[in-house]
Amino acid sequence: MPEKRILLKNCGEIDPGQIASYEKKGGFKALVKAREMSPEEVIEEVKASGLRGRGGAGFPCGVKWELARKSPGKEKVLICNADEGEVGTFKDRYILQNDPFSLVEGIAIAAYALGVKKVYVYLRAEYHYLLATLRNAIAQGKGYLNGLKIEIREGAGSYICGEESALMNSMEGKRGEARYRPPFPAERGLFEKPTVINNVETLVNIPPIVLKGSKWYSKMGTEKSKGTKIFSVSGDVARPGIYELELGRTLKELVVDLAGAKGIKMVQVGGSTGGIVPYSMLNTPLSYETVLGSGAVVVFDESRDVLDFVYRTMEFLNEESCGFCTPCREGTEVMMEILGRLVKGDGVEEDLGALEELSNAMIASSMCGLGQTAAVPVLDTLKYFRNDYETRISQSVFLRSLQPIKV
Amino acid sequence: MGQKESKREALLGVIKEEHAKSGYLSKGAMVEVSEALGMTVGEVYGVATFYSFLSTWPLGRHVIRVCKSVPCCMKDAERLIEWIGKELGIGPGETTPDGRFTLTLTNCIGACDQAPAILIGDEVYGQLTPERIAEVLKSFD
Repeated sequence: MPEKRILLKNCGEIDPGQIASYEKKGGFKALVKAREMSPEEVIEEVKASGLRGRGGAGFPCGVKWELARKSPGKEKVLICNADEGEVGTFKDRYILQNDPFSLVEGIAIAAYALGVKKVYVYLRAEYHYLLATLRNAIAQGKGYLNGLKIEIREGAGSYICGEESALMNSMEGKRGEARYRPPFPAERGLFEKPTVINNVETLVNIPPIVLKGSKWYSKMGTEKSKGTKIFSVSGDVARPGIYELELGRTLKELVVDLAGAKGIKMVQVGGSTGGIVPYSMLNTPLSYETVLGSGAVVVFDESRDVLDFVYRTMEFLNEESCGFCTPCREGTEVMMEILGRLVKGDGVEEDLGALEELSNAMIASSMCGLGQTAAVPVLDTLKYFRNDYETRISQSVFLRSLQPIKV
Repeated sequence: MGQKESKREALLGVIKEEHAKSGYLSKGAMVEVSEALGMTVGEVYGVATFYSFLSTWPLGRHVIRVCKSVPCCMKDAERLIEWIGKELGIGPGETTPDGRFTLTLTNCIGACDQAPAILIGDEVYGQLTPERIAEVLKSFD
């Protein structure tokens, strides 16, 4: 079977409440090794590994670290983003539940490389039940932290706060609205200080990279997508759950061979704004070059209605839009109205053109990733399942023709 | 960092604590917080109403949050809402007359592998059936 457990090797093997069980598996050896290197050497190693951000955006991790380290400003900030709100994603939850020590070790190495004294973990309110496990892991790891402070900040229920600039506003006691960029966080982030924001899974990649080296790591994956990735699989599958695969394996291996999907119509990869892969393209490799995002994989079988899915997705994005910029706030609203009409059988032919036009405006002019990618499921389903839209409209036209004309 | 900023930084934590204590954020509480942190009431209200887990009106003792995102909808979250409604006699956005439960809908709670899933308070309950949900609800006072 194609699973390759590097990040999840301890999950189910150790006691997440006992640091000794983590140490027995070689835990904290990477941290000891990192401290024998210079911070620059650690950053160089991460850069050479080719590791890219696992939260969804895929920015090269080592480059981010280097930018922040070189930024002027004495005090730098590291934030671990544990605000896993992307629909269909539950990998960070799984890591926190089963191997919180790996995260603590990854954080400690990152803090050493960046020269920060204080780290924040922004944990979503929905995961409040993980707080005790994480707190305990930090407390038990104290002996390894050399005085490094790790403070947990909890969210209060907001998808957009997983977006890094909104996350910083939330931490500063403001509404969780996105910020204009530049300046990028590495330059001026939390309270104007150079800030690095890394996803939980990204940080969990750091110990194996340091321990086994970037050469070993970069042998896995494709040209632009190195290492392994944790996938959260749900929807119409026999075995929903967490799977770790080397990047570049196909979607078919994941959803059919591992998760046991049958009669597939389409798969959404990467969360609510992720790309749609129709059944005919199931051999698509999973990578940053193709589809990946947060690694959320939702499988839809033949019984599912494409329009219903797109409508619900737009409803979600509309609710979670922070409302700061007009293209996103109003764009998701209008899209929801149009899609709602289409679903109910009140659509007209001009709706498809309107959706496409609106999509282009939102992509071009929204301020953050939410608005810029909100149209992806619309455009992708229009591309692969246009027939579903057209059929619904022609049925609507027929239904209207049966109505008596109002005079 | 100025003193005002460092005070403001504490806002979300402070209102969450108040929310946990009183079950919601009253007008009086928001005025108090604004004075303590040197902010306007409008700023506090703006933050309080931004987040879906904070309420500015009273809630029941236990808040049921039914996940309505796509993976849970695919496993009939809508019928789950009906089942809960049948048990408690309330719909989304409502509180039982005895103040025991508030039923509300929420977006993805990261339990898609256990769909359909809900949060009651801070705990996740997944793979729910009519029998199981009835049983779970009975366990709350």
